[in-house]
Amino acid sequence: MSELTADPYDITVKSNGLRRRKIVEKAFGVLAIGSAVLACTILVLVLGTLVYKGFSQLNVDFFTKARPLFGEKGGIADALVGSALIVGMAAVFAIPVAVLVAIYMSEYARPRVSRALKIVLDVLNGVPAIVVGIFVFGILVVGHGQSAVYGAFALAILMLPMVARATQEILEVVPRSLRDASFALGVTKWRTTWNIVLPAAIGGILTGVVIAVARVAGETAPLLFTTSIAASQISTDVSHALPTLPVTIFIFSESPDPGEQAAAWAAALVLIAFVLVMNVLAKLFAGRKRRQLEGS
Amino acid sequence: MTSAAYENNAAPESDLRRRGMRLGDLVFKGVAIAAALASTVLLIWIAWKIFDLAWPAIQDFGLSFVWTEAWDPVTNTYGALIFIYGTVVTSLIALVLATPLSIAIALFLTEIAPKRLAAPIATMVELLAAIPSVVLGLWGILVFGPWVRDHLEPWIQDTPLGWLPVFSGEPSASGIFTAALVLTIMIIPITSAICRELFIRVPRDLTDGALALGSTRWEAIRGVMFAYAAPGIVAAVLLGLGRAFGEAIAVNQTIGNHNAIPSSWFDPGDSLGSKIASEYVGATSLEQASSILYLAAILMVISLATNVVAQFIVVRFERARRAV
Repeated sequence: MSELTADPYDITVKSNGLRRRKIVEKAFGVLAIGSAVLACTILVLVLGTLVYKGFSQLNVDFFTKARPLFGEKGGIADALVGSALIVGMAAVFAIPVAVLVAIYMSEYARPRVSRALKIVLDVLNGVPAIVVGIFVFGILVVGHGQSAVYGAFALAILMLPMVARATQEILEVVPRSLRDASFALGVTKWRTTWNIVLPAAIGGILTGVVIAVARVAGETAPLLFTTSIAASQISTDVSHALPTLPVTIFIFSESPDPGEQAAAWAAALVLIAFVLVMNVLAKLFAGRKRRQLEGS
Repeated sequence: MTSAAYENNAAPESDLRRRGMRLGDLVFKGVAIAAALASTVLLIWIAWKIFDLAWPAIQDFGLSFVWTEAWDPVTNTYGALIFIYGTVVTSLIALVLATPLSIAIALFLTEIAPKRLAAPIATMVELLAAIPSVVLGLWGILVFGPWVRDHLEPWIQDTPLGWLPVFSGEPSASGIFTAALVLTIMIIPITSAICRELFIRVPRDLTDGALALGSTRWEAIRGVMFAYAAPGIVAAVLLGLGRAFGEAIAVNQTIGNHNAIPSSWFDPGDSLGSKIASEYVGATSLEQASSILYLAAILMVISLATNVVAQFIVVRFERARRAV
């Protein structure tokens, strides 16, 4: 029984204990397959529950009417409008800055600076969403009150490192020869970047954007302190707090009222459908990008 | 960099035109640098602002806040220990459960599954990461929690593990244990995706060499792949841990929100992120939120430290690999 104890990295073969080694090998295979099956099962269970509990609640009213007052029938249209506006604004805030950061990293910065920025972005990505919410609460909400714009700003902070890292990674695989050909024609650097490099990378950039949008559309924590206390009516006034899909699900999920729990399931089904569609879109963009870059 | 050299060979142009193009270059570069600087400043600003916000509370409660086990608005005694305990214990349970599962999934995808099967399963694991935390929390409290209470927790109590005090007491739908399991589900896709990248990058000839020497597949993985990828695996695990530390919403929904350190893991408790999330309605002024802001500062320190250590390991790992 001692053949596996001495040195953890000792891989020299001993002729004895073959049976035992084969058992270990089998056990490893079973455990690996079991883990993969477990992960897939959990995904199917969660999605299945959402469809099972949420689908029957979906009807036209659910998408067109605002949140019900206690006991009334209603929908989540107010939250849908709020989420769309806030996520849209977040994308508008974050994407230009993120793409510019990525351009600086891949086109201008020295490797050392670029590596340092990578770390900054990854650490920024690791700041807990609730802390980002508190940050925006501290700099904007205190004194001004909640507003959809502040919520969008908090989501934009989460999007920035995601989009910037995805863009930077794709810019780095755009072939050197494309840039050189452009320079050889006398085109300036910024026009080369704008007209040659960015279009070549657009598939990959879109993939990053779409994944980031899907991710922040489901974020609750940054919105709690920035745009959570809102009237339940359909509104497009972004200077006030607007209801959103994730915050609505969060509040309903902790409600003892079965009607609100049912609405939470349906709202969650809508949210996850959006997230899944975005992820499929991202896969399509990613596939196109790879084919294009491999073709060139 | 190289554009200057090329410009000399460009077609003759008026000085003005060329200066215009240079100006465009300068402006574009300036804007890009500004964006890069802005994201660096943003990170520093967040860290500084959270401390600035928490400063009155830090002065008020002092450092002993960190190890005070109380949260009582009536007697005005506040401390963070209850929530630090909840955060650390739920995250560590999640870490212990998720690490072997994530590594096993990554090994299944890279070493065992045929390509045709690996791609869709990898996609499914990715989609698990795409489930918003509020949705996972909803499922956690209404479906998974009751199942844990009725089946999993009684089963654990029947095994020899049931003798441990942390597994004693009444099983309950929401509590430290349920929250930890939900966190496990959240960090498995993160850790396994990074491990998969690592395992793909292990040079084939190294594992082939071990196999040629007569080792079994598991022995080659344990002896060669783990040795090669060990720092990367540690970083992957730390990144998952950082995510678990920072999760507020799904934990809030499943941990039971109870201001005490429970003697059993099956009982309700609370975590840093979850407690902060609970207080959003009352947080209208800085004074009312001051103890919450102190919690936010503690949470930020814990998760930033975890992340920075992980990044440090990644950087060193990549530098070593480049040197090879």
